[in-house]
Amino acid sequence: MTERLKEVDVVIIGVGMVGSIVGKELAAAGYKVVGLERGQARYTAPDFQGPAIHDELRFDIRKALMQDNTREPVTFRNHGSERALPIRRWESFLPGTGLGGSMVHWNGQTYRFQANDFELATRTRQRYGKDFLDPNLTIQDWGVTYDELEPHFDRFEYLLGTSGKAGNIKGKIQPGGDPHESPRSRDYPTPPMKEHFQGAMFRKAAASLGYHPFPQPSSNLSQPYTNPEGVKLNACVFCGFCERYACEHYAKAVPQTIILPVLLANPNFELRTGCQVQRINLDSTKKKATGVTYIDAAGREFEQPASLVITASFALNNVRMLLLSGVGKPYDPNTGKGVVGRNYAYQTMSSVSAFFDENVIINPFMASGASGTLINDFAGDNFDHSGLGFIGGSFIGAVNTNGRPIQYHPVPPDTPPWGKAWKQAVVKHYNHTVQFSCHGSSIAQRQNYLDLDPTYRDAWGQPLLRMTFDFPENDLKMAAYVTAKAVEIGKAMGAKQVAGSPRKGPYTTQQYQTTHNTGGTVMGNDPSTSVVNRYLQSWDVPNVFVIGASNYPQNASWNPTGTLGALTYWAVEALKNKYLKNPGRLVSA
Amino acid sequence: MSDKITRRLFVSSMGAASIASASALLGPPDAAAGEPVGSHQVDSPQVDSQRGGSAAPENLKPTYTFFNSAEAQFIEAACDRLIPADELGPGALGAWVPNYLDKQLGGAWGNGERLYRSGPWIAGTPSQGYQLPFTPAELFRAALGAINRSLRARGSPFSDLSPESQDDYLRTLAKGGPDLDLDGVPSEVFFDLLLKMTVEGFFSDPAYGGNRDMVAWRMIGFPGAYADYYDAIDRHGVKFDREPMSLAEDSRGHLHADPNIPAHL
Repeated sequence: MTERLKEVDVVIIGVGMVGSIVGKELAAAGYKVVGLERGQARYTAPDFQGPAIHDELRFDIRKALMQDNTREPVTFRNHGSERALPIRRWESFLPGTGLGGSMVHWNGQTYRFQANDFELATRTRQRYGKDFLDPNLTIQDWGVTYDELEPHFDRFEYLLGTSGKAGNIKGKIQPGGDPHESPRSRDYPTPPMKEHFQGAMFRKAAASLGYHPFPQPSSNLSQPYTNPEGVKLNACVFCGFCERYACEHYAKAVPQTIILPVLLANPNFELRTGCQVQRINLDSTKKKATGVTYIDAAGREFEQPASLVITASFALNNVRMLLLSGVGKPYDPNTGKGVVGRNYAYQTMSSVSAFFDENVIINPFMASGASGTLINDFAGDNFDHSGLGFIGGSFIGAVNTNGRPIQYHPVPPDTPPWGKAWKQAVVKHYNHTVQFSCHGSSIAQRQNYLDLDPTYRDAWGQPLLRMTFDFPENDLKMAAYVTAKAVEIGKAMGAKQVAGSPRKGPYTTQQYQTTHNTGGTVMGNDPSTSVVNRYLQSWDVPNVFVIGASNYPQNASWNPTGTLGALTYWAVEALKNKYLKNPGRLVSA
Repeated sequence: MSDKITRRLFVSSMGAASIASASALLGPPDAAAGEPVGSHQVDSPQVDSQRGGSAAPENLKPTYTFFNSAEAQFIEAACDRLIPADELGPGALGAWVPNYLDKQLGGAWGNGERLYRSGPWIAGTPSQGYQLPFTPAELFRAALGAINRSLRARGSPFSDLSPESQDDYLRTLAKGGPDLDLDGVPSEVFFDLLLKMTVEGFFSDPAYGGNRDMVAWRMIGFPGAYADYYDAIDRHGVKFDREPMSLAEDSRGHLHADPNIPAHL
């Protein structure tokens, strides 16, 4: 028995970063908004408080803040010829759940993609010729440019209070910042964080090789800050429990510390937690959404009618919601036709460990989630790819986030996995090792995609999302190239041993890499290769908007959240100024 | 002794549960890089009778609620080889890792917490990860039963073997192979989980029953649940020398590794 509720103007699926921003803007504009969150409500006090929040076993290893995979996992296979099986425990990527979404457990590493990234297909052909690209790669332009997004990047960074140093203000290069960045209209709202030892060592070594080190932009703040919404944040104290944890100090920019207090005070907004949306409902034409159906925490089913449906959940869940609802045509890798689930991409992560003598004391446990120093000299298209046989790149940096010992006990590659020699190596190297990351782009290719699993189901009886993914050759070549560069930096740091681990295939779900899952509801200007138009409006059902990293046609060399914040404000402006004043298609198909 | 008293009073005066600044714990800014400020002593693996609220007897042993005695014998002996005691300090046995394993396997984790448990059950590729229907508790029970049965048949339980023979046997389990099926559990799957959980128990908070008296943290210099390095972060190369902090610590700096004694934080 489904209870039909009173119609509202807007229903938002997922109250994380995107849902909080969109909800706040539309409620403030006078619309009645309901936010449906599948997880529980949670707040900095009392839910995130120390010392209980500083529990590596519970949060890192048992993954207490993550999507409940006993009820709702993802199935996986490397290739279409294999049978997909459920990822029975999360390892490679960690979608969150609950109020505030995955942003609650992020690290705060806050980047802008570069102008080149948004026009990747066009600019790659312009610079390297139309035959440079492997025809199996399905990269494409975003349909929106960096210049169009710049004001929204700026607004998002000022919402978060991001701590950093500009490298390019209106075309003028700024000393100490990233000279490769696309022009920004003004500096970051707060200065960079203090630099940890690993960052300082990396900075000196990278500069000695002629590269351009700069402090990582961090949304763990360097100083107290009041954002334009009037919400106050504190300075980060480098406790070393950031990613996979919630911040007890009000120092990490998450919905709870940047916008939820304003959103939840607005009577036009109603938050409902414990609500698992089953589908977006369509009318008989299949071209108009009538609302959503959800099941609450007590198992009761409700229909929530709405004039506008916004799906604002984690990238993978946005894709699944459209597939479960019949919004947009599912992608078929055999024909290349269809769009939903197409261009799933990830991130190509490599790492380097630099082992020092015991008189070099690193204190790895002193860190924030976005501490550190990096270079963009080998990121994106900041270097000449002629003759290299790949496109894309990585930032390389000492961006160490913690020294939590169950996960962090670096040992040289020839160390046995247990026994006395292992123990002695752990004790010897724990406080004398610097690890750095090569944070690499991920190119879309024809056979990597998302669809619904034919066998396995969630706790509500619905098909699970099925992921088919392996690293494209392009990205493995890129990883080998940038990791070799990173090893040279490690040697220039004076380490007595440097071990590079370039990412190798096949992709495995059994090792943590990143939670930067992208694509599947790609944006663009061509309905045959995109799910949503440049304003993130569904081509097929114009009163459905899809906002998430699922909109990215391929993934770039940086953490995706900053770009998602800009896209969110870009879509919000289109909703407020165009769509809601005159509902209909914002771009003719 | 005097060092222990000093440290205990120090922690007590700071209030172990409060968020304290690290600045007082470091030497002056011009301290030579790499020189420890103050002394750092790795504590004995034995329970420090000065530390607990009630003096703990020297011969205190874990109370096993999951393992039977034959299982516990194997686990204790295996832990002692996976992370042995040496001149650097106690190993997994002295850190009470068997107690950690026992509590984990007997509780929610052992019974399938955070494990998707719907079939069909089909062997997958390494990229797809664990695909067996066993919960961790079922997996240990099956594997330990098969191991003990097989070693008894060969005449000598694992705990009676020489350390070298124990290591050889563990390496055989780790390697796996078609003839090392432990009542449906591939031996390498069991070994991987045993090793993973042993490392967890060694390095996790003492609140979970291992890492007794934070011995593993002291050995590597990890300060535990401590919360604030704002004044220390940019004083590069200076050793941070402080009594580590556990979730199981009460406001007087006393540790309660016994789960029946609540910590008041």
